[in-house]
Amino acid sequence: MSVERALEGTGVWLDDRLHGARGVRVLLRKVFPDHWSFLLGEIILYSFIILLLSGTFLTFWFQPSMTQVVYHGSYIPLRGVKMSEAYASTLKISFDVRGGLLMRQIHHWAADLFMAGIMAHMIRIFFTGAYRKPREINWLIGIILFTLGLFEGLFGYSLPDDLLSGAGLRITEGVLQSFPIVGSYLAYFLFGGPYPGNQIIGRLYILHVLLIPALILALVTVHLFLMFHQKHTQMPGRGRTNENVVGAPTYPYFMAKTGAFFFFVFAAITLAATFVQINPVWLYGPYNPVAMSAGSQPDFYMGALEGALRIMPNWQWVVFGHTFAFNVFLPGLVPLGIIFGGAALWPFLEQWITGDRREHHLNDRPRNAPTRTAIGIAAITFYGVLWAEGANDVIADHFDVPLYWTTWIARVGIFVGPVIAYMITKRICLGLQRKDNHLIEHGLETGIIRQLPGGEFIEETRPVDQERLAVLLSRTPHPALPPGETEETEVPAPGMRGGLGRVRERLYKVVTESAPMPSEPHGNGHGNGLGDGEVAPTDGHGHGEQDASATGASGEPSHGGDGH
Amino acid sequence: MSDTNPKGAAGDDSGTSWPEYLGGMSYGAGGGGGGAGSSGGGAGGAGQPEQPGPRHRVIGTPSPTAARTLLPEPDGGSRPPRQPELPPDPADPARARTAERIVAALFILAMLAGFGFLVAYSLIGVGSLTAVMHSNLFLGGSLSLVFLFLGGGAVIWVRNLMPTVELTEQRHPMRSTEAERAAFKETFEEGAATSQFVKRPLVRRTLIAATVPLAVAPLFLLRDLGPLPGTSLGTTVWRKGLRLLVYGTGLPITSAEFSSPGSLITVGPEGYLDDDDAMAKAAVIIIKFRPGQLVFGPPVQPGHASPPNLTVPNWTLDNIVAYSKICTHVGCPAALYEQTTHHILCPCHQSTFDATRGAKVIFGPATRALPQLPIGVDSDGYLVATGPFNEPVGPSYWERS
Repeated sequence: MSVERALEGTGVWLDDRLHGARGVRVLLRKVFPDHWSFLLGEIILYSFIILLLSGTFLTFWFQPSMTQVVYHGSYIPLRGVKMSEAYASTLKISFDVRGGLLMRQIHHWAADLFMAGIMAHMIRIFFTGAYRKPREINWLIGIILFTLGLFEGLFGYSLPDDLLSGAGLRITEGVLQSFPIVGSYLAYFLFGGPYPGNQIIGRLYILHVLLIPALILALVTVHLFLMFHQKHTQMPGRGRTNENVVGAPTYPYFMAKTGAFFFFVFAAITLAATFVQINPVWLYGPYNPVAMSAGSQPDFYMGALEGALRIMPNWQWVVFGHTFAFNVFLPGLVPLGIIFGGAALWPFLEQWITGDRREHHLNDRPRNAPTRTAIGIAAITFYGVLWAEGANDVIADHFDVPLYWTTWIARVGIFVGPVIAYMITKRICLGLQRKDNHLIEHGLETGIIRQLPGGEFIEETRPVDQERLAVLLSRTPHPALPPGETEETEVPAPGMRGGLGRVRERLYKVVTESAPMPSEPHGNGHGNGLGDGEVAPTDGHGHGEQDASATGASGEPSHGGDGH
Repeated sequence: MSDTNPKGAAGDDSGTSWPEYLGGMSYGAGGGGGGAGSSGGGAGGAGQPEQPGPRHRVIGTPSPTAARTLLPEPDGGSRPPRQPELPPDPADPARARTAERIVAALFILAMLAGFGFLVAYSLIGVGSLTAVMHSNLFLGGSLSLVFLFLGGGAVIWVRNLMPTVELTEQRHPMRSTEAERAAFKETFEEGAATSQFVKRPLVRRTLIAATVPLAVAPLFLLRDLGPLPGTSLGTTVWRKGLRLLVYGTGLPITSAEFSSPGSLITVGPEGYLDDDDAMAKAAVIIIKFRPGQLVFGPPVQPGHASPPNLTVPNWTLDNIVAYSKICTHVGCPAALYEQTTHHILCPCHQSTFDATRGAKVIFGPATRALPQLPIGVDSDGYLVATGPFNEPVGPSYWERS
């Protein structure tokens, strides 16, 4: 058989040199759990690969130079116009290189998908609690990757040196210049002197094609290795516990699936690049610092920053001959600082509040962590208001709302919106928990009304099937905090004393707020209620009977299962 | 540990995990062996024998019996015959046969689309808008089809040709065992002791001291990225007597030529229209008003501060007023003008300025009014600047007072 021959030949040759048999076997047989939301991370990875491929193609023709030239290429409306070499070479790629426009549009769409994927992936990780111990490091790496992606994108779309990208650079420069003490130095060092100078494209180019991609590649590698090493989390389900991974093996299942998915990601990006025009720089014209068009919009991932600049009241102080331009540097730093800083701190804050230092490999359903979910939705609302305000002129134009109203709505909405979102989300989560409790305790309503011999009418219910019951029962109570000062009879435990301890107790109540745990299903009751969720390592044997013994020592919440 | 087990089968794998394999080191179950292993490590390296003795065995090298076999037996040797974990064939052979044909058809279509891509590349040129449009359509379309067919074929393959299987793999706590930690601690401390790094503070401190200049050297190296700003942010090229040239035509303009009220023209200083660095600060808009529309304050001599919210009368000419075009927010050109309300609007962040009242801010994130440029006429009747701006134009910065 040819597989055997390949193993005898190439396989043995390689193994003689690399000793791969055991390690690679483990790798091939590694189990990957399946869930649609786990594909989000793959979207990012594949967009990144596509970015590397299409970007390399573009570098063969792109000239990162601000030397002024007169255009003589194929695009007739701009013939004879003075422009930078960067812009002229972008026109050349678009009009005089076969496949050049396609590659440009693939590159741009892939960048947008990359950033959108990062956001969606981050949201998934947050809402399912997949950032919890032991995965905090990967969460932080993800945040750094997000930040790097923002810069990579901003620098990339600045390169063509067209009118729109120049406006983005102008704003970047204006924001840099506003920073207290170092602002004007930063701006002069980045631009090599007064704006716009003749350095910036070349500098951004090397950052865009070498430094930042190398950092991203390195961090992606670490990110994936950690994911691999710590094993992927899994969604709750039958036979899935905190101590196992249930899924299909890498080889051949995951490899084939992920290969197919790569093709689909590439297909989606290519379809967009074929049929949906993006960044038609030839329509904008070359950059000049005097012109500007209405309705200028950055790429979507910069929208929140743009919105923050628009929303900010015009506060400024002049103290001792120095200007504090709060109207510029605050929106430039604070909103994304809150989002990224908050995201980075949250896992540790949550750990401190709940005192939960266990490993978590079984994901939470968002409803089962109502406060976390509510905070996440509040953050998304906060970001969303900024993002929408970043396009307020377009919104005002399309929906016929007075322009200044949109800004005022956003100025109020940025504070009110997250609070309302928090409250509504929390109510919805608690309501869903109660609905789950009802399903566990009473089963599914069948719509059949039956009269009992005594004359009483009851609605018949049918127990929830095992698959679904396992999901419903995945909620575990939080471990209690050590005794604090409010319990007067006890001496407060370390970490629970003083004002900080009281704050922690109060936060604990908020963060762990949940519907009561469900009681036993009616008419049955050999289960021991709910497991304590303690990490109880099981030995490697006997877990093959996982299906039948999920209520055992595994720490899975046990239940009076109907099928046992 | 990465031992995988099919449902119902007993655990059957070796005790060596992939992470350990990657790390290339492992500590014996006895724990104390770690110390011995690390002391042997000093003599190891290149000189390590291929099949070392048990105490110095580097985990990850093949054992003698496993030298030329793939998928070697684990270290224990004897193990029961291995049960296959994956079923070789799908449950429904008829369905699989159909799927096989569909997959093959999709792969053939992908190949054809791929050839289509090559043909489109060869046949469709570029060089005009229409040609580029067609080229993009056919290249992109065929490439999309290639990936769609490949992806579709692969998905049908996985779903219908590969038998469904679910394996369960055990997790183990991330933390190492106490024995492993203790062994690591020993090894690390031994290394630290052997290196004398701890015992000889003189060496340690001088080494740290030696790295200090290196650590800050990059900051120094970056110093020449740009000149220091000095006072350059506060000035523009405008000076007394420079003509206002219309941006676009490059021609000077007389008051009479610019006579229709409500119109706005972008102008630049004579000799600097093509200088982006100069124009990034010196771009100016001039607006003509009807008599009585401008709200004047007291006259101001050049070099003195202009009053807030009012137009300086002696800096205008025949109800023509000149303002910096560079927004005082973050420097976009404030390019939009609304005739009926006399509002100048910056399209970037919607800072709005009242052109009749010294371009004071009436909405948006900008704090300061657009600076007014003093203008007059020269002997030929052309508009000229009668002095520089009396304050810095453009966005705020730290050194600006």
